[in-house]
Amino acid sequence: MAALTPISRKPLSVVLPTVAIAGGFVGMFVGAGQGNVLLGILIGAALMAGLAWVYITVLDNERVARWITVLGLGAIGFFFAGITGLIAGLLVGWFFAFFIFWLYEGRYRQKLLPYLTGRQVFEHYLFRVICGAIFVFLITPILVVLPLSFNAQDFFTFTPEMLRLDPEGYSLKHYRDFFTNNEWQRSFKNSLIIAPIATIISVSLGTLAAIGLSQSHVPGRRAIMGILISPMIVPLIISATGMFFFYSDIGRFLEGTLGMDKNFVGYVKVILAHAVLGIPFVIITVTATLVGFDQSLTRAAANMGAGPVRTFFKIQMPLILPGVISGGLFAFITSFDEVVVVLFVGSASQKTLPWQMFTGLREQISPTILAVATILVVISIALLTTVELLRRRSERLRGLSPA
Amino acid sequence: MTDATQSGPMLAADGTPLKKSLARSLRRRKLRALALIAPLLLFVMLSFVIPIVSMLMRSVENGIVAETLPLTVVELQNWDAEGGELPDEALYAAFIKDMIVAVEAKTHTRLGTRLNYEQTGMSSMFRKSGRNIKRLDPEADAPFKEKLIEIHDGWGDVETWRTIKTHAVPITNGYFLNAVDMRRTPEGAQAQPEDKQILIKLFGRTLMMSLIITGACILLAYPVSYLLATLPMRVSNLLMILVLLPFWTSLLVRTSAWKVMLQQQGVINETLVWLGLVADDARLVIINNQFGTIIAMTHILLPFMILPMYSVMQTIPPSYTRAAKSMGATNWTTFWRIYFPQSIPGIGAGSILVFILAIGYYITPEIVGGTKGVFISNRIAYHISSSLNWGLAAALGTILLAVVLLLYWCYDKIVGIDNVKLG
Amino acid sequence: MKVTITTLMASALAAVAGGAMAQEMTIVSWGGAYSKSQLKAYHEPYSEKTGITILNDDSSNEAVAKLRAMNEAGNITWDVVDVVASDAIRLCDEGLAMEIDHDTMLEPAPDGSPASEDFGELIVSDCYIPSIVYSTTFGYRTDLVGDNPPTEICAVFDLETYPGKRSLEKRPINNMEWALLCDGVAKDDVYDVLATPEGQDQALAKLDTIKDSVVWWSAGADTPQLLADGEVVMGSTYNGRLFSVIEEQNQPVAMLWDAQVFDIDGWIIPAGLDEERKQRALDYLRFATDTQRLADQAKYISYGPARASSAPLVGQHAELGIDMAPHMPTDPENAKNTFLYNYEFWADYRDDIDAKFQAWLAQ
Repeated sequence: MAALTPISRKPLSVVLPTVAIAGGFVGMFVGAGQGNVLLGILIGAALMAGLAWVYITVLDNERVARWITVLGLGAIGFFFAGITGLIAGLLVGWFFAFFIFWLYEGRYRQKLLPYLTGRQVFEHYLFRVICGAIFVFLITPILVVLPLSFNAQDFFTFTPEMLRLDPEGYSLKHYRDFFTNNEWQRSFKNSLIIAPIATIISVSLGTLAAIGLSQSHVPGRRAIMGILISPMIVPLIISATGMFFFYSDIGRFLEGTLGMDKNFVGYVKVILAHAVLGIPFVIITVTATLVGFDQSLTRAAANMGAGPVRTFFKIQMPLILPGVISGGLFAFITSFDEVVVVLFVGSASQKTLPWQMFTGLREQISPTILAVATILVVISIALLTTVELLRRRSERLRGLSPA
Repeated sequence: MTDATQSGPMLAADGTPLKKSLARSLRRRKLRALALIAPLLLFVMLSFVIPIVSMLMRSVENGIVAETLPLTVVELQNWDAEGGELPDEALYAAFIKDMIVAVEAKTHTRLGTRLNYEQTGMSSMFRKSGRNIKRLDPEADAPFKEKLIEIHDGWGDVETWRTIKTHAVPITNGYFLNAVDMRRTPEGAQAQPEDKQILIKLFGRTLMMSLIITGACILLAYPVSYLLATLPMRVSNLLMILVLLPFWTSLLVRTSAWKVMLQQQGVINETLVWLGLVADDARLVIINNQFGTIIAMTHILLPFMILPMYSVMQTIPPSYTRAAKSMGATNWTTFWRIYFPQSIPGIGAGSILVFILAIGYYITPEIVGGTKGVFISNRIAYHISSSLNWGLAAALGTILLAVVLLLYWCYDKIVGIDNVKLG
Repeated sequence: MKVTITTLMASALAAVAGGAMAQEMTIVSWGGAYSKSQLKAYHEPYSEKTGITILNDDSSNEAVAKLRAMNEAGNITWDVVDVVASDAIRLCDEGLAMEIDHDTMLEPAPDGSPASEDFGELIVSDCYIPSIVYSTTFGYRTDLVGDNPPTEICAVFDLETYPGKRSLEKRPINNMEWALLCDGVAKDDVYDVLATPEGQDQALAKLDTIKDSVVWWSAGADTPQLLADGEVVMGSTYNGRLFSVIEEQNQPVAMLWDAQVFDIDGWIIPAGLDEERKQRALDYLRFATDTQRLADQAKYISYGPARASSAPLVGQHAELGIDMAPHMPTDPENAKNTFLYNYEFWADYRDDIDAKFQAWLAQ
């Protein structure tokens, strides 16, 4: 609908002052860096307004104008501050090349409702900018981690070589360390065993209990809910010591009385402990989904002769699946990122990734930790993108959205 | 029902009275619901609740004095702690007998550690005296009073015996008093000396900072969730990746990353200096204080706020706001009177999650909090893993748990725990 | 549902678990470079000699709490544990560590003198077998101190000559002693003064003068990172970490050995092991704490061997090929002015002073 909004060119009296303000803003930083703020603002404002005026009245060719801006500002940046300046200049240039024409051609109204007032348009973009800033806040630590994982030194420090973009300052040695070091490999493997199994246990038991809880007439509902959520609210260090006692009893029973393998029992202990920690998340998400669940559907299924099991898998499960999946994600992350409980309940052969990272941070700082984080980020980007692509594909197949 | 009683009980198809039949079916449904809950409930009770409760019981348990020194404790009953006189020979003899047994079982040093929490110096007194007492004979070497005082002059100090007597009770309130900056003395509960008072301050700070973090999370999460909920699905799902990515990154890594960002030679300060916004010798102090803890923890907990808010906002029909606007409401009125009230459950769910998680954190504050940004959980961890004062740790944990449960209860009363949505 | 989970779990675990249940022992240590040096100097030769598999558990940081929990649960899974001396004293007091008869259970020195003489005063507890002497000392950035590199400990408290941040450990131990030393208290009187409330106040008052310039650390790896960043001018940490920063990482950092505080790291055997495991643990320790083995460890990390008889055997760094002796805290050149950590004192006063210290920090 919004794409139908007609757009028109804006007069210079609107475009030039706006561009000048933006130019002055950027100029302020450059000026401050060079020691004279006021001059920076003036030059920035004049330069940008001048460029805009030339592009609009004289040149009137968007492509050429863009190239001039990007390369010109890149060159200025390089002149002032070398490679880093070049990059900063290119980015600023790219922004202004876009900004001038975005304003002048009135493209900013293109996707908005036609009846909005100027102030509403401004507020709309202000809101977008604020959200953008929050997204930047969310993502910056990862942007820091990525380059540091290629550090040639064994510290979490941006070395002068790195800042100069000198290849000397970068190396793959931390990745090599991760892939060749037994300890890292073993702990990664352990995490990949423990987290999924713990998730399966908490999701299956949690979903059943949530279904039970969501039925009417459950005696002591609040108390039960409180108990099931308690693993989330007890401080972890207390949980860790408390659970240690329980699991060493269990361990002795399994090893001594049933004669199970020591290693196997070790895994069982950590998995069960992590499953308990994941349960509150599953309970909360699944009960929330079940609040909106239409109970008459199960009755209809029963009416048509389906048994309880069949009803569950054919009717209830598909409908509450989103809640179950997101609870499962929370449970998985809880286990995959948990360090306090595993330190107590686990033993050397169950060392998980967070445990290895924790020792790494304490005993010998090494960017291998950052390399691991980067690998995990890349894997999760790939996973999330695949999921999104699959979702779009199925939407297209079902004809829900235009291809 | 009155009709039914007049014309005899109403019958179900199989001939039983309907009332009975309904009751039976209700009972069966209750049982089935319970059967579904039971496995998990049992699992959580056994593997979590009972161990935790027994851990927390350590906050009042104090059997160690009476178990290690049974005869002495009996004798101490007859001794007047207020009189300022040293106990008589009978007590010293009983003490020697107890100690000989204790040294044999090597429990005397453990008692020394316990009493050292109350009076500095007890630990080495028990350890050193133990070696000499081992050589004494309970029969031949009497009397003991002078001998013991010779072994360590601490035994000639009334304060020592007063401490032992005060802490000879099997159930003590001592740890809880310690947890609120007080101590158990022969004269009853008294405040700790001023220069040792810290725990109440830490409790206050933990609550305060958790509230600030929750508030910051609400402020940052609301616009983002709103944007995600109003954008078309394909765009919002892509942006969702930005929310989930930090969530998938290890807590330890994110905390370290914040350290790299915030320190004085860190990314933020370097950038500001490069841009000339901050002078090189006046770099911002944004780490190792409360500010650092708040920033890092807000970042770490933000996804826990965004996800529930987003899932609630998704269910708010856009037609309501459109209707309000078409009836002449301004943007602000529409938001404040129509949209905001419907988004409150999301805020509530996110807040309770973030607050509860924040209050129990200790790794992040330890790394970026410096001296003024640490939480009560840091002290709990210290007493569990370093000072071995588990009684105090359990008392602190119990108080923290009580605060959280109180909040949980309030939340359940105000919003209802069913309204918590995570996504 | 449950059945499938169990089978799933079983099959997944069997894939990883499997493996010989031959003779195995779990040795607990700190992880990182320190565990690596033990692996090279002790574990590998011992496994080769006896065929016993050694599992490394990096839990020394939580050892005290975990040992207590294991003891109460009656299920001790560790065989030998590496702890610092103060932890060893606490474990021994709590009855969680086994008492050791050093002369019968350990190898004598090559010249035949019994082990208790060879270790000398380092045997600070009946349960403890020392293995290394390390020191907590200061490192400073050579490029941030100008032409006037610090030579004595009180430079830490001198904000005028050496402006900038310093890093200190977030606990009273060592810091209180240094503060008193630099506040005019004679070295021999430090612990007497520190035993009084006035002395404690005096130490805190001295620390107060630099409080705003201190970055407090809690993990040993913090100070090296802070020095590498240039975030602090000087900072205290273990001397082995500084060696690694200076020699292995080539950072512009130098050592300030003055008033270094000696401390000990070594082994304990948990109390309550069955006879077979106890013998195995003792056999390992007899091997790992003999004169040659202790000297071998110094090839991999710059900590001094605990036996007097090992000192002459210390050779060169295994990878860098530099002489290790000048990097040892016990080297005469470095040990001109040292400070001895008083274990008895801190065992008594730790709880009390820590409460005051934390309250002071939080002000």
